[in-house]
Amino acid sequence: MASSYNAKEEDGHHSGAPAHGGAAAAAAKSKKPDNTAFKQQRLPAWQPILTAGTVLPAFFVIGLIFIPIGIGLFVTSNNIREFEVTATPTRDTSNVFMYYGLSNFYQNHRRYVKSRDDSQLYGDRSALTNPSKECEPYRMSDGQAIAPCGAIANSLFNDTLELYHIDSNGTRNTIPLVKKGIAWWTDKHVKFRNPGGNNNLTAAFRGTSKPVNWRKPVYDLDPSDPDNNGFINEDFIVWMRTAALPTFRKLYRIIQKKAVTTPTLPSGRYVLNISYNYPVLSFDGRKRMILSTISWMGGKNPFLGIAYITVGSICFFLGVVLLIIHHKYDTRNNSADIPN
Amino acid sequence: MERFHWVQHRCRTLLAGDSGRGWYSSPDGLPNKSALDTHCSPHRISGKRRMVFARHGPHQHDYETISKSYKGNAIRTTKYRLLTFIPMNLFQQFHRAANLYFLFLALLNWVPVVEAFQKEITMIPLLVVLTVIAIKDALEDYRRYLFDKKVNNNVVRVFSGKQKVYIDQCWKDVRVGDFVRLSCNEIIPADMLLLYSSDPRGVCYIETANLDGETNLKQRQVVSDHPLQGVEFSPETFHSRIECENPNNDLNRFRGYMEHSSGGRVGLHNSNLLLRSCTIRNTETVVGIVVYAGHDTKAMMNNSGPRYKRSQLEKRLNTDILWCVVLLVIMCLTAAVGHGFWLKNLKDPIFVTDVETPPTLAGFYVFWTMIIVLQVLIPISLYVSIEIVKLGQVYFIHNDLDFYNEQLDSRIQCRALNITEDLGQIQYLFSDKTGTLTENKMVFRCCSIYGVEYPHDENARRLEVYEAEKEKDKAAGQSVTLRSGCSGKSLSCRSLSCNRSSVSLHTLTAESGEEDDPRSNHIQTRTSAFCSRMAKEVVPDPELVKKLNWFCSSVLPLSEGSSTTSSSLELTYITDFFLALTICNSVVVSSASQPRHMVPEARTPLKSLEEIKLMFQRFSFSPFSALSTLSPPQIKGSPLSFTSRLFTRGKAGSFTISTTPSSTDGSEPGKDSYMETSNLRRKLDLSATGEGGNAGPVEKDIREDAIKDAKAQTVCGNGPKQDVETDSDSDTDDELLYEAESPDEAALVHAARAYRCTLRGRSAESLLVDLPGIGSLAVQLLHILPFDSNRKRMSVVVRHPLTGHVVVYTKGADSVIMDLAETPKGAEQAQEIYNHIREQTQKHLDSYAREGLRTLCIAKKVLEEEEYDVWLKGQLLAESSIENREELLLESAQRLETNLTLLGATGIVDRLQEDVPETIEALQRAGIKVWVLTGDKQETAINIAYACKLLRPNDQLLTANCGSKDACAAFLQELKLEVLQGQDSMTERTAAGTDGESSLGSMASFVLVINGQTLDWALQEELKSDFLELSRRCKAVICCRSTPLQKSQVVRLIRDELGVMTLAVGDGANDVSMIQMADVGIGISGQEGMQAVMSSDFAVSRFKHLSKLLLVHGHWCYSRLANMILYFIYKNVMFVNLLFWYQFFCGFSGSVMTNAWVLILFNLIFTSVPPLIYGVLDRDTPAETLMGLPELYQAAQASKVYIPHMFWVTVLDAFYQSLVCFFIPYLALAGSDVGVLSFGSPINASALLIILLHQVLESHTLTWIHVVVLLLSGGSYFGFVLLFSVSCVTCSPPTNPVGVETLQMSQPLFYIICAVTTVTALLPRMLFRALHNTLHRSAALKSSQMDKVASEEYRKRMQHWNLSHSRVNRLPVCADNPGLEPGLEPCTSSVVS
Repeated sequence: MASSYNAKEEDGHHSGAPAHGGAAAAAAKSKKPDNTAFKQQRLPAWQPILTAGTVLPAFFVIGLIFIPIGIGLFVTSNNIREFEVTATPTRDTSNVFMYYGLSNFYQNHRRYVKSRDDSQLYGDRSALTNPSKECEPYRMSDGQAIAPCGAIANSLFNDTLELYHIDSNGTRNTIPLVKKGIAWWTDKHVKFRNPGGNNNLTAAFRGTSKPVNWRKPVYDLDPSDPDNNGFINEDFIVWMRTAALPTFRKLYRIIQKKAVTTPTLPSGRYVLNISYNYPVLSFDGRKRMILSTISWMGGKNPFLGIAYITVGSICFFLGVVLLIIHHKYDTRNNSADIPN
Repeated sequence: MERFHWVQHRCRTLLAGDSGRGWYSSPDGLPNKSALDTHCSPHRISGKRRMVFARHGPHQHDYETISKSYKGNAIRTTKYRLLTFIPMNLFQQFHRAANLYFLFLALLNWVPVVEAFQKEITMIPLLVVLTVIAIKDALEDYRRYLFDKKVNNNVVRVFSGKQKVYIDQCWKDVRVGDFVRLSCNEIIPADMLLLYSSDPRGVCYIETANLDGETNLKQRQVVSDHPLQGVEFSPETFHSRIECENPNNDLNRFRGYMEHSSGGRVGLHNSNLLLRSCTIRNTETVVGIVVYAGHDTKAMMNNSGPRYKRSQLEKRLNTDILWCVVLLVIMCLTAAVGHGFWLKNLKDPIFVTDVETPPTLAGFYVFWTMIIVLQVLIPISLYVSIEIVKLGQVYFIHNDLDFYNEQLDSRIQCRALNITEDLGQIQYLFSDKTGTLTENKMVFRCCSIYGVEYPHDENARRLEVYEAEKEKDKAAGQSVTLRSGCSGKSLSCRSLSCNRSSVSLHTLTAESGEEDDPRSNHIQTRTSAFCSRMAKEVVPDPELVKKLNWFCSSVLPLSEGSSTTSSSLELTYITDFFLALTICNSVVVSSASQPRHMVPEARTPLKSLEEIKLMFQRFSFSPFSALSTLSPPQIKGSPLSFTSRLFTRGKAGSFTISTTPSSTDGSEPGKDSYMETSNLRRKLDLSATGEGGNAGPVEKDIREDAIKDAKAQTVCGNGPKQDVETDSDSDTDDELLYEAESPDEAALVHAARAYRCTLRGRSAESLLVDLPGIGSLAVQLLHILPFDSNRKRMSVVVRHPLTGHVVVYTKGADSVIMDLAETPKGAEQAQEIYNHIREQTQKHLDSYAREGLRTLCIAKKVLEEEEYDVWLKGQLLAESSIENREELLLESAQRLETNLTLLGATGIVDRLQEDVPETIEALQRAGIKVWVLTGDKQETAINIAYACKLLRPNDQLLTANCGSKDACAAFLQELKLEVLQGQDSMTERTAAGTDGESSLGSMASFVLVINGQTLDWALQEELKSDFLELSRRCKAVICCRSTPLQKSQVVRLIRDELGVMTLAVGDGANDVSMIQMADVGIGISGQEGMQAVMSSDFAVSRFKHLSKLLLVHGHWCYSRLANMILYFIYKNVMFVNLLFWYQFFCGFSGSVMTNAWVLILFNLIFTSVPPLIYGVLDRDTPAETLMGLPELYQAAQASKVYIPHMFWVTVLDAFYQSLVCFFIPYLALAGSDVGVLSFGSPINASALLIILLHQVLESHTLTWIHVVVLLLSGGSYFGFVLLFSVSCVTCSPPTNPVGVETLQMSQPLFYIICAVTTVTALLPRMLFRALHNTLHRSAALKSSQMDKVASEEYRKRMQHWNLSHSRVNRLPVCADNPGLEPGLEPCTSSVVS
């Protein structure tokens, strides 16, 4: 987009030069384009012309790969034991994960998702007393900053679930529920920090007020364990990682495997004791408790296995169709080419 | 938002104007006016002029007040300054609607209730685009700045008032009113008035190549009453005041006057003005006063930026974008309504933060939020991408080796950067004929004088031999033997025929010599391109030579008895004819060894000159008086009085004449000329005795003279001496170079030289001419009335060297001259003769035209002294007037050019350019309708059309020459019917399957030939539709005798009424309007200057380049761009829909499952480069296939209809892919403990994979560049998200990515999901491609095979036809219908198959 005047003037200077300088200059300044493969658009190129013949192997390969994977996934998924609310014990010797599930709870609502202050949760002192505006209307309470601020924290799931095994003689045995290790490592160790370390949280949170819906302040979430109290309380951290979909589950506790031979949850009668605090009726929601084992591919989900099998089969089928088409058309072309 | 190119351009020009005014001195209007008020002049032009005073002179005060305020000579073509760059650039950029859209989105995001992302993030696209363009602008501007600096610091010698000498100064310090002294080969720094030239005749030559690309020299003249010779002009003595027009951009107009301190006035005009950036040539020193400086100069004012045209595809794209907007609005509305209902059904849930907002209002807010979230759907970055892609395409076009012309060392010029893809959509091609289809290398072929045709058979043969020889030379080097043989032969040859053959041999050897080292001398090759060897060496017609020789030979008295061969009147005609050929032109003579104007001027004693003049005047009076009997009033003035007046008038004293053409030749020619002179002297004595009854018996006079001539003839005509003379002639002639404004002028001068009528030199007042047997003569040049397209002729007014009469020689288009040539009143016999001449000449003209020759008529007029005086007054008045100078000059010229006597006509060959028939055939096969619009005659046009295979043997020719509008209307109807019937019968024939060649049946079709006058009517409102209908059904249309205006009218009619893509190609100034009117304008940089090139979008050097430009590059550019646009839209729709689907699971709240940075950068970085590469490098079909099968071009054209449908297919595919890409992860993760960002991670990754692999599927070619770019794109995404999820701890608050991607990518589930998603998403496209290629390719293959058969068949038929037609008459069509007198026949038509 240079002005054409420039171009002309330049041309003028160029054409002037050979006039004085003679033939050598003229020869040197030839405008002949370079004869390179790139400039002449002759770069060696692979031409992926997709025809029935060329695509056909790909379809078979995909089919052959996908179907076994699908079967594998399906089997894996089926091996995962998952029970809702009325948990039936298993003979599994692996850890059993205990989830609580909520449905119709839109943790992914745009304003809800935003309603937090990561700096505050990171232990930033100034953010502690002066949280982000995103936390509105759960930012200040009675002139004091709410810690942790925002709607997410405010709506923290606060039911308590207890699981008892009723053995043959009818006694209730509390099943030990491990509450540590349920949050992501990065969240627990990087993203969430208590202001001023984990010592004397009461002092650290002085001057802040508890979230409106909470019964106790944040430094009393788990007074028993300083490494699980305040912002780094794992139940809190798990809640703060907002769920993608309105029907979701969140990891609550882990039931650790006992020994190699004994099942984690031997068969028998179990009692689930729920201290009901969390209201779900306002959004027409439901609460669940899920016990599940997990595998390398996560929780139980037969869909992926089915999807793989389906896609694999379709590919295989299409491969066959293409094979027919290939024989019908491509060969005819070839035969037509020969007499020409 | 669509018009931002245009807006940008407008803005640029506006800004440029503003800044220009800002930087330089105050507006020129005010001081000017006050100064003008004090001074009242009769020629006053309402204040619109400038006054110039010398800077260091007596008018110092005036200078300070007036001239000082004019712009200085410093130029600044930059748009910005260092400090103002950022605000100015931003201001400019926000004129783009696209940027405004970004800005709107960014601002929208600042509204809290609709805020979708962090505020900074939405600024990113805007910032990126602004920065990229700002950097580009800055670089461009910097380049301009450097260039300006270089130009401004050029040094020139300027007169300094203090030191009273010329001192070196930079260009930028030159001001209006400065005296500038320039030497040869210096570039003129500003527009100046020429006040002094070292040339004794007060002329100076400038080369305007920098300005308009024309390499020929233009002559400039010192302001008329300044001393021409003698002491150098001294600036101190300059007391005059100059008044001239205000700066304007008309290169060919300059008006003003110079008022001396004494009060006398001198008119100033264009020939006094030296233009900036031209080069002084062949003049040692010139001095001028600057009148316009810097940005006021004509060169700068003509400097308009590059052209902006909107391409058809972009217009189409806009409708697609509109659909995208509709889509966006629908999606946002869905979300808004959905959100409203969703909210309504909730009863104070814990996760809703503000319960106060009513659902409807919340829905409204969500609408805007969604606009921000889904903004990518409007592919604004597409505009930037398209610009970049087009730059890449232009780069490749520019670098194509096939467009390189060795001879001219020129490549294709792409002047318009943004219509590359229009090249692939051309449906109508409008071509000029001369210079476009033909070489425009004019070669004299034959002539007709006095109604007698001289066929010049040898000459014709020579032209054929030349071509054959040229090809042979190309194949087998040069023929040395011929050259060595020639020199000896030519010496021994004495007879005329032998002489001739030696000339033709000479031609051949000279040609081979020329081929030898074309680059050895730059200037030489340049000028010889103008008048090639072939044009120079004309073989004379023996008959004509005999007659011409006879004129000055002893044959005259001998053959007196047999005067049937030629009468004295005829001889007069012949001499006059050749004199006219020699002098009626604007050819500049120069010789290779010496500067151009320094033609040897022998100093002959004035006395002998007088004697010679007197003698010749006397001698030749008789033949001319024979003519003058036809017009009795002419006899009034006696020749004696003529002569006496001749020598008392004007500057006759300064006449110089060369009698020794060559001093290098030794004593022989000198002696020869001496003898000649003495002979003449003798004759003079004799004729003096015969003086007396001047109106007396003419025949007697002739005889008397002829007898006296006899002796002279022995010297000049016969014997070995003649041969010596011709030899020496040819030696010196070789040194003469003719530079003409148009090539046919040069051709005629060379033709005349073949008859030894040689133009030796030219000055402002005289012409030096060699005449056979007479020697050198100075012809007093009184006026030149230059050629213009309105008059279609040029004239010179000279004092006849032999008779002393004032004679007007006119040369021009036959139609014009034939009209002006009137039968003189007088003797019946003479009238009869004259009518006979006219008829015969007309016949010859017709036959010339039929042979495809360019015809010109030569005429003359003898002026009475009184008549001349009267006319002269008017002419001088016209010349000196400031206002309406052009109109007055035109009028004056028309007053003079009446009552002409027709002398004869010439036929000039203009050969077809190489590969023109092949190109036209290819273009027609590509479905392009080729129209030829030419100013030439009908016969010429048709013949050229045949030659270039535009017309084919079984085409039906429809000629339309109508005398009136009504006739035209009726005729158009008639033709339409005929065409319809013809087509019906043709289809019937094909239906019946007579020959079984269905494809060939359609090849025979109609070709319409229409002349200018009929075209005028056809273009009128009422007949337009009929004409359109008719021409649409014709395969080709040839418009002859059309004016430049008509050309553009035709183009506009077709373009607007049929709504098709048009291309106009031409090489001359007369094609400019057509080139500008068409969608794509192509200029051929040929012989006729650069005007066409300057106004074109693309400039090529040969017509044949069109086929590759259109068929290959046009096809590629179009398919590349169309595919890229589709891909771009696909990409955006696909990605944006992922976000849309998510809305169904987040209560339509405008939430996104992705980190905002990734969301924004996805389009901006991760997937932005591959489409560009795709758009620049993709090749759907190899170049060879495209060239070999032009039909493919048409197939691509059909896809113009294909695009809307393709758009929806693409959008649907994008919908499908986004559905797959969203719902497979959804179903796989539904119900699990997946977090928002963890959910988005596999979706994003698979979307990226799908998008990149989709491009692989869509690409027709993949090179290593593609692979690298694709890998980098994919890598950049994964690199970015991984790095981001590691390093970003508290940043990007609502969607903090820390730990997400690292965790996701460490789990197999991520890959399992990505794999199945990608495969499923691409499956249909892959299947479709495979099936399409398999099934469609067989069809394409079949058709191409059929085409091959058809074209072979066609070639055979053409060969057959060529054979049969080479024997028969070349133009069977219109022989009975010359159609030259449209008034006589109301309507003529002929249909020949």
